[in-house]
Amino acid sequence: MNIQLNGKPIETEVETLEELISAYEYNKTTVATAVNKHFVPVSQRAEFKLHDDDCVEVIAPMSGG
Amino acid sequence: MSVTFYNTNVESRLLLGTARYPSPAVLLDSIRASQTDIVTVSLRRESNTEKSGEAFWELIKQAHVRVLPNTAGCRSVKEAVLTANMARELFDTPWIKLEITHNDNTLNPAVVELIEAARILTRDGFDVFPYTTDDLSVADQLLQAGCQVLMPWGAPIGSGRGLNNVFALKTLRTHFPDVPLIVDAGLGVPSHAAEVLELGYDAVLLNTAVATAADPVLMASAFSQAVNAGRLAFEAGPMHARDFATPSTPVVGMPLWSA
Repeated sequence: MNIQLNGKPIETEVETLEELISAYEYNKTTVATAVNKHFVPVSQRAEFKLHDDDCVEVIAPMSGG
Repeated sequence: MSVTFYNTNVESRLLLGTARYPSPAVLLDSIRASQTDIVTVSLRRESNTEKSGEAFWELIKQAHVRVLPNTAGCRSVKEAVLTANMARELFDTPWIKLEITHNDNTLNPAVVELIEAARILTRDGFDVFPYTTDDLSVADQLLQAGCQVLMPWGAPIGSGRGLNNVFALKTLRTHFPDVPLIVDAGLGVPSHAAEVLELGYDAVLLNTAVATAADPVLMASAFSQAVNAGRLAFEAGPMHARDFATPSTPVVGMPLWSA
């Protein structure tokens, strides 16, 4: 499956968003996720199936004004 | 001296941004020197190798302050609502500094989108802190949308110009005497912050003026003192300015030196 992860094309064999977060060794409690510009809460990642051409955003706290 | 935002009491009337500091240590020391209770933060893409977001969050937690996440960089209602939902989960707070900008040069608030996003987010249970202009009708519509705090700009973000339109800010204060008002953005020096508080505003939110000072920690302390001085002055009831001189020394009993 080919998807976009934070704007970069990747090829992956994972099926769910939670598996993707684990595969890329993100700390699942310090990131928030969106797929195709829709928020996916942490509670729904395990059931959330990824598909070809999905755009996944993995977001974390950053400095800001 | 405390102030209340969405049923939360805080002691400091200074809200501080966390961007553009020369180092994480200086940021942390500046937060402490400012005596703030609330810092603003943002959301950005996380690298799975650098994990800079995770490190930043660990640093902020050391300051033991509340966080006010922003939607900086958003250009549409949809982007802002999405960002707000991600922020609520990440930071475990319903507070959101709603920021939708229109123009890269001025970063002026896109007020039509701002009102619509405020309506959606309030409906969804957020406590919205809208970064807005000093326009009275926009302010009124934001309150109708459910906002219980307003954050009009003093001047464009990062400009350091101070208060571009004191008349408009006074008008907002007069029309909304019971709404917490925070001047957000455009302040450059502590006297600007003191002026805001002297006008009866409830607080200031600033970032660049501290972060880009030659000594950010010292400047954070200076702003803290200016905010306190401005608030005390407001509570003390400033005299009214006059166009002509009034002798302060009594004239009764004046010897006739010139007679």
